[in-house]
Amino acid sequence: MKAFLILEDGTVFEGTHIGADKEIISEIVFNTSMAGYLEVLTDPSYAGQAVCMTYPLIGNYGVCSEDMESRRPWPDGFIVRELSRIPSNFRCDKTIQQFLTENGVPGIAGIDTRALTKILREKGTMNGMITTNAEYVLDEVLPKLKAYTTGKVVEKVTCAQKYEVKGSESLADNGPISGSAVYTGEKEQKPTLVRALNGKGKKVALLDLGTKYNIADSLSKRGIDVTVYPAHTSAQEILDDKPDGIMLSIGPGDPKECTEIIREIKKLYDSDVPIFAICLGHQLMALATGADTYKMKYGHRGGNHPVKDLKTGRVYISSQNHGYVVDMDQLDPSVAVPAFVNVNDGTCEGLSYTGKNIFTVQYHPEACPGPQDSGYLFDRFIEMMEVGKNA
Amino acid sequence: MPKNPNVKKVMVIGSGPIVIGQAAEFDYAGTQACRSLKEEGIEVVLVNSNPATIMTDKDIADRVYIEPLTVKVLEQLIEKEKPDSILPTLGGQAGLNLGMELEESGFLAAHNVTLLGTTAATIKKAEDRQEFKDTMEKIGEPCAASKVVENIEDGVEFVKQIGYPVVLRPAYTLGGSGGGIAHNQIELEEILANGLRLSRVGQVLVERCIAGWKEIEYEVMRDSAGNCITVCNMENIDPVGVHTGDSIVVAPSQTLGDKEYQMLRSSALNIISELEITGGCNVQFALHPTSFEYCVIEVNPRVSRSSALASKATGYPIAKVAAKIALGYTLDEIKNSITGKTYASFEPTLDYCVVKLPRLPFDKFITAKRTLTTQMKATGEVMSICTNFEGALMKAIRSLEQHVDCLLSYDFSELSAEELKERLKIVDDQRIYVIAEALRKGVDYETIHEITMIDVWFIDKLAILVEMEDALKKGPLTTELLKEAKRIEFPDNVISRLTGIPESEIKQMRYDNGIVAAFKMVDTCAAEFEASTPYYYSCFGSENEAVETGGRKKVLVLGSGPIRIGQGIEFDYCSVHATWAFSKAGYETIIINNNPETVSTDFDIADKLYFEPLTPEDVENIVRLEKPDGAVVQFGGQTAIKLTESLMKMGVPILGTKAEDVDAAEDRELFDRILEQTQIPRAAGGTVYTAQEAKAVANRLGYPVLVRPSYVLGGQGMQIAINDQEIEEFMEIINRIAQDHPILVDKYLQGKEIEVDAVCDGTDILIPGIMEHIERTGVHSGDSISVYPAHTIDRKVKEKIAEYTRRLAKALHVKGLINIQFIAIGEDVYVIEVNPRSSRTVPYISKVTGIPIVDLATEVILGKTIRELGYEPGLQKEADYVAIKMPVFSFEKIRGAEISLGPEMKSTGECLGIAKTFQEALYKAFLGAGVDLPKFKQMIITVKDADKGEAIEIGRRFEKLGYTIYATRSTAAALRDAGVKARKVNKIQQESPTVMDLILGHKIDLVIDTPTQGRDKSRDGFLIRRTAIETGVNCLTSLDTARALVTSLENAQSGDLTLIDIAGL
Repeated sequence: MKAFLILEDGTVFEGTHIGADKEIISEIVFNTSMAGYLEVLTDPSYAGQAVCMTYPLIGNYGVCSEDMESRRPWPDGFIVRELSRIPSNFRCDKTIQQFLTENGVPGIAGIDTRALTKILREKGTMNGMITTNAEYVLDEVLPKLKAYTTGKVVEKVTCAQKYEVKGSESLADNGPISGSAVYTGEKEQKPTLVRALNGKGKKVALLDLGTKYNIADSLSKRGIDVTVYPAHTSAQEILDDKPDGIMLSIGPGDPKECTEIIREIKKLYDSDVPIFAICLGHQLMALATGADTYKMKYGHRGGNHPVKDLKTGRVYISSQNHGYVVDMDQLDPSVAVPAFVNVNDGTCEGLSYTGKNIFTVQYHPEACPGPQDSGYLFDRFIEMMEVGKNA
Repeated sequence: MPKNPNVKKVMVIGSGPIVIGQAAEFDYAGTQACRSLKEEGIEVVLVNSNPATIMTDKDIADRVYIEPLTVKVLEQLIEKEKPDSILPTLGGQAGLNLGMELEESGFLAAHNVTLLGTTAATIKKAEDRQEFKDTMEKIGEPCAASKVVENIEDGVEFVKQIGYPVVLRPAYTLGGSGGGIAHNQIELEEILANGLRLSRVGQVLVERCIAGWKEIEYEVMRDSAGNCITVCNMENIDPVGVHTGDSIVVAPSQTLGDKEYQMLRSSALNIISELEITGGCNVQFALHPTSFEYCVIEVNPRVSRSSALASKATGYPIAKVAAKIALGYTLDEIKNSITGKTYASFEPTLDYCVVKLPRLPFDKFITAKRTLTTQMKATGEVMSICTNFEGALMKAIRSLEQHVDCLLSYDFSELSAEELKERLKIVDDQRIYVIAEALRKGVDYETIHEITMIDVWFIDKLAILVEMEDALKKGPLTTELLKEAKRIEFPDNVISRLTGIPESEIKQMRYDNGIVAAFKMVDTCAAEFEASTPYYYSCFGSENEAVETGGRKKVLVLGSGPIRIGQGIEFDYCSVHATWAFSKAGYETIIINNNPETVSTDFDIADKLYFEPLTPEDVENIVRLEKPDGAVVQFGGQTAIKLTESLMKMGVPILGTKAEDVDAAEDRELFDRILEQTQIPRAAGGTVYTAQEAKAVANRLGYPVLVRPSYVLGGQGMQIAINDQEIEEFMEIINRIAQDHPILVDKYLQGKEIEVDAVCDGTDILIPGIMEHIERTGVHSGDSISVYPAHTIDRKVKEKIAEYTRRLAKALHVKGLINIQFIAIGEDVYVIEVNPRSSRTVPYISKVTGIPIVDLATEVILGKTIRELGYEPGLQKEADYVAIKMPVFSFEKIRGAEISLGPEMKSTGECLGIAKTFQEALYKAFLGAGVDLPKFKQMIITVKDADKGEAIEIGRRFEKLGYTIYATRSTAAALRDAGVKARKVNKIQQESPTVMDLILGHKIDLVIDTPTQGRDKSRDGFLIRRTAIETGVNCLTSLDTARALVTSLENAQSGDLTLIDIAGL
């Protein structure tokens, strides 16, 4: 069946219909990861968006359900150049086609995804429609596209009730290495591979703004007991459980829409419990403490951006997925200072909060998909909790 | 970290002659690195024995030494040039080994020279099998169970513990030389013995066999601050068991999920960090196909063939970045030159699929075993880019120039499904064609996978291609079907063959329906950032990104495709120089080529690079878009020449010598007319199509005769026949491939072979010099030792040669380069062949005379005259030193290949000896080719009867040098009769000890074995030669070469060699 992707600027791509049979309007974004399409699809940060994979061959290893990063796929639509006819992987339990259909995600294949990417790059992220209706009338469609906003999407993706992820009993389950070499920045000292730290006995509260499983798993693998809270849990409720540390998760949408959550996060900030926040969590913490965020032209979505850890001077390749960013020019150094920057465009990739046991990053140390180079940040969080405890 | 201010003068070690396992990629890497160093204001001293390289140009390095790559020479050079640092990680294994030897001996420390980039300790950790294993164990990276052994007994003992099959890998060798898989004790002992001998340190790794696992590679970069990235990963379609150089490789990996991808990526980064590599590095993994179990196969702590491939596949200039890292820069300080917006610390991401196919030399070595093993056999490779895998594979297939253009190109249709299943067990270069046929016969994916262990995803892709063949055969050819066929890159001629519709109609149908190629950019970032790199590939059904640029005049330079025997790196040298010269003359330059190992496919050589197959259809796609003002074909070898006619049909003017004149040189009758008109003699001969006709001509001329197809390079298929029977045999071989042109049969003349390259402006010619071959006619010019200036012919003959060259160039209306081979017999000069184009000797003669003939030829093509360029026409004054070009072979890599020299070229590369005297130049040339004698002062002579007279003189001279001579019965008798002491040794089938035992005793320096005339039928001679080669004994099959060697040994200096900076000439 033919399918059409209609963009807000009037561009129409004709391709083949894939996945569920329905029409959607969404914000169109692209992701440059060459592997990990299932992790992309199940990343809640894509709620309210339709994602185009720039790598042209998708579905090669099918769907390995155990690799899902949340309970279901979130994008409104999926845009690819070519879907593999057969999946090939020893763990694969279904095809990507089945997965999309079962989960009600429509999509389009067979379009020139590079041409689409270039439009988004040049004109910025825009809304679009995926439809199988060949009789579409542009004049009617375009106003609808312009009117679309992702709205409040955190509510859609967060968990319904709080739940627990127990810390791993034996750390022998871990890989022996945390996944990256840590360099202290001192010239004479050689970089060394470090083992993941043992956080056994610690309790971390994870505020689910649209989390991926691997955030809790990265903590649990280090022996930490994690309690996951729905997005609208009050700060008091979390603090009453006396966590050793708090994590603010990743999530979808415009951070400024999350006004109530921001209010609660301000209370967490005031609590002096060590906090590590990622992506949306990082943006909300910034907004809660007086900084500003803005929407980027077309965001960062992929697994190849270099991020510099200003503490050590080392550069790590990161997993990225964000359309908004904290405005570094508006930072009050008495509140927060840049701790990580993007080497390519110099945008804010992380903050360190002055006088607080709080650090936040824009990119994704939990990887899945993408490079695992920044897994050491979870160890840094453990160290911070140790300090917090001793203090 | 900024640049290290202590680095001011760097010596870069090249990789030496092209051999299998170490090819043009190191010229590419070295050239890029030198340019990168010079950019930083560093003085570069370059040493490489290979004159055909671009890196040995004086505009690439400040000081250029084309000298043998030995420790002694490098030590002397360091004393002379006093560099503060050396960079050994860009010259392949050869360069790395030399750097290590200099470091280990303490020489570098004593002379205050620093090893740049990766340290010696790191190199040792990565290269030494045991240290590597220990290191991997330390960081928890798994390796296959293995043990380093130094003798056969230990090997056998170890395998008793881990069981067969086992893989054997000698330490410190090129391209897996001497390695293999042993399934039983007999094989184990054989391969082990060979491997121990080939290893520089006498070590072989015996390892659990993981054949059948997925082979995955990561190209990794790391800087001195510890930042590391992966440039790309690659998946070998052929599972572990086939050397990656011989595998079909795809980038990025296709069958790995993010879990597997990141697991191996993290492992690669952990490894490079623990090893503390600074620069580029290649990590190879074996991944179990049905679990997360993996093994680290090996790490190359240097720029490698795979890194050249990764560079071209992603657009990330690995060698350039590695050079900057060596100077102290960190990845986040180095700009990505493709985008100008990102940094070298950015990981490339692809939005296309890349396929690499090896170029295997089995068309040259028809007796060789075609099986692929852990020993690399490919001489070169092609790469292609498309938005889908099927298309990339189809494009790569037709880039090979091996008479293949689709999966039907090798016909296995006679085999039944059962027979095909048997055939699939053979791992050779035809395997994908066998799989295709098995699919046609209905063998299921699972069965094929179980036999080949090739992932079913790839098998399905082959099936898609097979289904398209069927659909096209069945018809009708609808627009939709045609669109789909083009999407997966079926060329028009294949569609035509399958549908029975003429190619021209298919083309018209495409144009009528807008089914045309679009060009996409290789930009390292999947279009995330704007890039300005003019590096393109084609695909169908997409938006075109390449813009036709106007303004300047535009010239198309056609590259020379994959490196193969007969068409090597020289033609890339010519293409690149021509491009630069056109650019200097104000032209916009466009290169089309498909070889990822070369300098010409570096994105900053021409104004635009199209990475495409060199077929008429692919070239036409580019021509339609770019509308060039002209194309130049004379620099790209036979590959480019073959496109001449098609280009003219497209309306592209051929710059320089006209196509009809090129034809006149190749067409027997036309050429005879020219010779008559210019009154130049040649050997009598005739043109034929059948064996019958050939025999008639041969008998008319009288044997021996030379038989060869026309329009080929490197004397492919050329043979000397001594009787009717041989004619029949050779004609049968030649005619296995349909011949578009007649076959030539010439009277064989024996004399001195002379070669000339010249530039002609239509009126005047410029001859930089005359080269003389050491071997008499009958040995292909590419396999002959070539001496400049010609040293045994007198002035009169030289003048005659210059005069004939002038006449021929004029008669053929040459504008640009011409190469002519002559035979001189006494005062008589005969022409053998004329090639109105660049030749193998162009870089060599340019470098030793200092006359940039490619640049001059380009200027001439653009209308300048030789006089206007400041040269006096005619034969130029001879240089006051001697330069000798020595062919280098890779026979040890090709099991079963006949090594005897003849009219068909067999060498893979060359090196140069340059000195004040003939003897020293000769000594250096042999040394550069790896002939470093004497060692044991024992040799074997076994020659055919006709050669016995000459053998006596040679034997006598070796005897004088203190050599003990062993000889087979009749040779021994002849030597003794003449008073040369020779020990008689038994032939192979006689009782032990035989000549074979002698060779296997590892105490022989040299075997001189001249095969009987024509194709050697005796298994004896063949076996002796093969055994000698495979056990590392120098084996000469021409007495002329032997005489040259003894001359060089007689004059071998004990003292220092004179080192000549050719940049200062």
